[in-house]
Parts: sequence; C-alpha cells; structure tokens
Amino acid sequence: MPMTPASSPHRAVSGTHVAWWNDRRIRGVLYQVLVVVGVLALVAYLIDNTLTNLAHRNIATGFGFLGREAGFGVSESVIPYSPADTYLAVLVVGLLNTLKVSVIGIVLATVIGTLFGVARLSRNWLVARFATIYVETLRNIPVLLQLFFWYSLITEALPGPRQALNPLPGIFVSSRGLKLPEPVWQTTHLWMGVAFLAGIVGAWALGRWARLRRERTGALFPSLQAGAALIVGLPVIVWLLSGAPTEMSVPELRGFNFTGGVTVTPEFTALLIGLVLYTGTFIAEIVRGGILAVAHGQTEAGLALGLSRGQVLRLIVLPQALRVIIPPLTSQYLNLTKNSSLAVAIGFPDLVSTANTAINQTGQAVEGIAVIMAVYLTVSLSIAGFMNWYNQRIALKGARG
Amino acid sequence: MTVKVAFQSVAAMALVALAVAVPMGTALAGPTLDAVKARGEVVCGVHTSLYGFGAPDDKGVWRGIDVDVCRAVAAAVFGDDKKVKYVPLSAQARLTAVQSGEVDLLSRNTTWTLTRDTANGLNFTGINYFDGQGFMVSKKLGVKSAKELSGATVCVQTGTTTELNLADYFRANKMELKPVTIEKYEEVTGAFVAGRCDAITSDASQLAAIRANDTPNPADFVILPEMISKEPLGPSVRQGDDQWFDIVKWALFAMIEAEERGLTSANVEAALKSPDPNVQRMLGVTGDLGKGMGLDNKWAYNIIRTVGNYGESFERNVGMGSKLQLARGLNAQWNDGGLMYSPPIR
Repeated sequence: MPMTPASSPHRAVSGTHVAWWNDRRIRGVLYQVLVVVGVLALVAYLIDNTLTNLAHRNIATGFGFLGREAGFGVSESVIPYSPADTYLAVLVVGLLNTLKVSVIGIVLATVIGTLFGVARLSRNWLVARFATIYVETLRNIPVLLQLFFWYSLITEALPGPRQALNPLPGIFVSSRGLKLPEPVWQTTHLWMGVAFLAGIVGAWALGRWARLRRERTGALFPSLQAGAALIVGLPVIVWLLSGAPTEMSVPELRGFNFTGGVTVTPEFTALLIGLVLYTGTFIAEIVRGGILAVAHGQTEAGLALGLSRGQVLRLIVLPQALRVIIPPLTSQYLNLTKNSSLAVAIGFPDLVSTANTAINQTGQAVEGIAVIMAVYLTVSLSIAGFMNWYNQRIALKGARG
Repeated sequence: MTVKVAFQSVAAMALVALAVAVPMGTALAGPTLDAVKARGEVVCGVHTSLYGFGAPDDKGVWRGIDVDVCRAVAAAVFGDDKKVKYVPLSAQARLTAVQSGEVDLLSRNTTWTLTRDTANGLNFTGINYFDGQGFMVSKKLGVKSAKELSGATVCVQTGTTTELNLADYFRANKMELKPVTIEKYEEVTGAFVAGRCDAITSDASQLAAIRANDTPNPADFVILPEMISKEPLGPSVRQGDDQWFDIVKWALFAMIEAEERGLTSANVEAALKSPDPNVQRMLGVTGDLGKGMGLDNKWAYNIIRTVGNYGESFERNVGMGSKLQLARGLNAQWNDGGLMYSPPIR
C-alpha cells in the first residue's frame, strides 16, 4: 500500500492536484473506515435485535445468574464443590475438569502418537503393520462413537463394587471406576513439590550449560539422564530426610461404594482413552511425515561422522523433523481440547456439560453459550500462542531473514 | 489492491448478513395459528423415546399421552390429528426449542415450575399428568427406603428439575450424593442398567417405563416408596401469543371434559344428536365456541373423534391397556378422587 505522498504515482506523474475522492490513499482509508463502521453496526444490530427479542418474549437476560446458587450436584471435581455453591463455581469446576482431561490427554496422545508414528516406519513387518492398522482404523471412526464404545465397555464389562477386581493390594477395579490408595496429606508433600519444581529448574539449567559447552568444545554430557535424575531424585531425598512417611488412605468397601483413596471415574477414563487413541492416530501420521521429511542422506552423513544412531536421531533428525511437526501438532492439541466437549455424551462434567445444565436451569442460553465460547477461545488461543512461541524457538535461525 | 478487494468482499458479505438478519426482528409479528395454518401442520416437541409419553411404535407411528396432546391440537386446528410434525427433543434442548419458535408447542413430560413459566419465556397451558419424583434400585441392593441411599451413586438426566430435587433431597437429609449426570435419556438408562449407578432417579411414571421397557428383567428392579417432589407435567407454548396459548390449553381441557361427560371416540358421533345443551355446545352443534379461538366450531368434536377423551388416552398409553400398567391415582377425574378438572366449556 502506498502510504506516503511521494510514492503516489498520480501525483508524481501528472504534477497537478488530483481531486481528493480520486486519491488512492484517501480512498483506501475511506474504504477501511466504512468496512469497520459497517461491521460494528452489524454487531450492534444483532446484539440489540437479540436483546429486544429476548425482552419481547420475557426471557431473563444478563449475567446475574452467575452469583446465584446452582443447586445441582457434579459427579467429580478438582476443587471442593457442593450444590450450595454458585453457578460461577460450577462453571469453574467444569473448566478445571476440561483442562484436566485436556492436559493429560495432550501428554498421552503425544507419547502414543510418537510411538506409533515411529513404529509405522519400523523395518519389523509385524510392528509396522500393527501401527498401520491402529492408525487407519481409529482415525476413520467418529470420536463420539469411540467414546460410547469405551464407556459401555467399562460399565458393561467390569463387575459391580461388591465384586470388584482386586489386582494389587489397595487397588480396586469395578464399574464405579478405578480406586487407588492415596497418601494422607502431610507438610512433607509440600516440600516434595518444591523439590520437584527445583529439580525442573535445575534440569533446565543443566541442559543449557551442557548445550553451550557442547557448542563451544564439542564435549558431550548426558544431560537427559542427569536432568531426569534431578527431577525424580530431589523429591525422594526430601521424602527420605523427613523420615519417609508412608501413611496411606486405602479404599474400603463401605455401604454402597468405596470410601477413601482416589477415584478415577469410568466417565473420565472413557473420555481420556477415546480422545488419546483418536488424536494419537493423527499425531502418529504427523510424526511419520516429519521424520520422512528429513532427507535420509543426513542420517547417512551423521553415521559416517561416527555418531551413534541415538545421537543422529537426537542431534540431526529430530531438530529438523520438529520444524515440520510442530505446526500441525498444534492443530491436533487444539482438536483434542475442543473434542473434550463431547464429554457431555458420557456424563463427564466438563465445561460444556456443566454450562449446559446451568443454561437449562436458568433458561439463559445466549449468556451460557457466550461463556462457553469465550472460554474455549481463550484456552485454544493460549495453546496456540504457546506452540507458536515454541515453534519460533526451534525454527532455523536466520532462515526467515 | 488485493487488500482493498478483500475489504470490499467483506463489506459485501456484511450486507448479505444484514439482509438475512433483518427478518429476525419481524418474525414475532405473525400469530402462531396463522403460521401453523399456512404450514399445514403443527410442529410439536416430544420426547426422543419415552414409552407411554412420547415414542414411535414399531411401525414408526408416534404414540403416548404427550403425543396425544399434539394430535388433539392438530385435530382442533385442521380436523385431522395426523397433521403433526414431531420433533424429538432432549431434556436440555426442549426449552430453547420453544423459546426460539422451533416448535409450536412442547409436549414432552415437562414439569411446570415458576422459573420456566416466567424467566424462561414459556407458558404452561395445563397439566396432563400429575407425577412425583422417585428412585428405582436393583433388588439385589436390599434397599427399602430412599433414606438409606446415603453414599449411593445416582444416575440422573441433566437439564431436569429432577437433578435439582435430587441435590435438594440429599442436602435436606444430610446424605452424601454421588450423581452421574448424562444428557441423553437412552444413555442414562443404559448406564443404570449396566450397573454404573446404585439408583436412578426420575419421575415415577418414567421409572415405570424404564423398568418395563429397558431392563432385562423388570422383576429385578424396585421403585422405592418415597416421592420426593411434585412433578406436574404439562404442555407449554411460547409467551406472547394469547390465541395460540388458549388453543393448546382448551385442546387438553376438551379431552378432560369429554371424559367427565362420558364422550368417547366411539360414541361422539351419536352424541351429536344428544339433547344435553352442554354436549351440544361442546361439540359445536350449537353456539360459537370454536370461533372465539379462531377455530372451527367442530374443534372439540374433532379432538374426541380422532384422539379420544383423556381417560382413553391414559389407558391406552400408560394405564392398564399398556405395558406400564399405571393406576389413575392423582390423574383420575376430580369427582373420582383425582385432580383432573376442566373449567366449564361454555
């Protein structure tokens, strides 16, 4: 776009004054202003129209309902919740459940996807075929059907709580879910958490130091193993120093159900398995494509230089493959997060499920849907923002000029 | 220049959107009856598959006590009870469907509450089934009373008054509740039958339908004696159209009044010659009752001829003529110990 008078060809060529309505620069600005005004007017009209119609039909509007008592129960929650809490609280409960399943799902789907992506390239006939069958079957069945399948499999196939399977002491599997023993909360656990965080920071610093040293001198350092040792080891040391407390809350059959311990519900499990296996197929294809995108000559060259196969993978193939992998991987992470809203079909109280109930009990669909959309947009943009930042970090330096 | 072209096309799209959006504001003006007549059918929101209330039979014909209200309205408007388009709705979708005008009336075992009648923009036209919320458990559990359910996992359909009553009941009795809330009726029932929950809670009539229809062996399940709520179920319409509100209201009352006067689908033809002035007025032999609602004077006659009276509808759908075998109870006529009472049709 010509933005300075000097670059306007009309003025430069003719030398005479062009009428302002024929000036490309002014016209350009004018069109943009008109479009912005038009779009704003349209939005204002739609909002006004909606409010007028709602008022005409005597339907309550506004976000006042968020402060009122919700009055309905939720089957699982990360934070303490009772029906006496507000609609806002129940929406937060739903959001945290959505984030819980999304975060765990993204990590597991990445692991599964990478394993099967590599497996499809394997020279072992059986491994490669198995991976192909997994990918081609599960990515071609709608994920909603897969969720129904896993949910009915879990609830139909597993016995009731009184006949629960007991594979290991303290662990029970039944149609009510997986019950695990849980350490009773002590201040030691807080310090173990601090040590865990310190371990992560230490591992990051160690990795950075090792990379700089390698670039300067070429000397290698097993930073991966050392980092893992730090992250696991520090909390263990703290635990041992504080006298190794082992008090556990063990699940126990009392009345109808198990009490004590932690519960992994069938709804959560079915949702997690369904999302992870479905998204994993797409990630497997992305990983396979990314690895194939690195010319085989590079591997050969690396081996010729005397690097081990692991080093070739870690230092040559992976850094280049990641550049191809990350952008489509971001889309899959977003898909998984958004697909988690299918939870409503199998009774996992995610954001959509709790917000839908709130809509139904208050009758305020417009506000409820607006909340759902705003939250998903925020979550998705955050994931996309983080992945774009990571993508820029691993991009070839100097490649974009 | 491509930038400018893009902007122009955005502006064009915005104008198209504006043109499409304009009728939204004016859609309210036409009364529902005119729209229904022009369309040639009544659009009626019903249950997805609740035996006895609203479900297609094995030939794909919709049947149920709620479906009969839809048929009665169509008979009143068109003289033909088949001019109905059934829209199966989940518990969650139903209120929005009425609010948005997607259905002309909702007849889907919906509880009449103050909030729904006011802030949710609905108008309930009457009650076609007096119900109450109960619990059903497996006999193996050995539970005799709802008071023993503390700590139990309870399956419940989301978007219902049931969900709120359940939480209230457990709170009031200081019992611990583990709800499993699922949107679709079929999925909730499936989860309960599979043993995901100790108990399922719903309107007592619905529990009877689940027991009769969805369990492998109905004798293995028992409905607990406690009724924890009042659930007056009835049809509803959108606010803002009094004429349509009246038509749906009186279509149901005509069925109730017909039972009280002993008019049935079998004898209504002969009743046209009845000397009783009340019957003559109701069947449109004399007077102008239908005109007041914008209908034909034979409106009630057409309802009784095609759908039958309330008692007939009850018996064939949920009563002794059905799998549910429900007693009339509260749903008997007022002069027979029940609550069914039609204001005078005159």
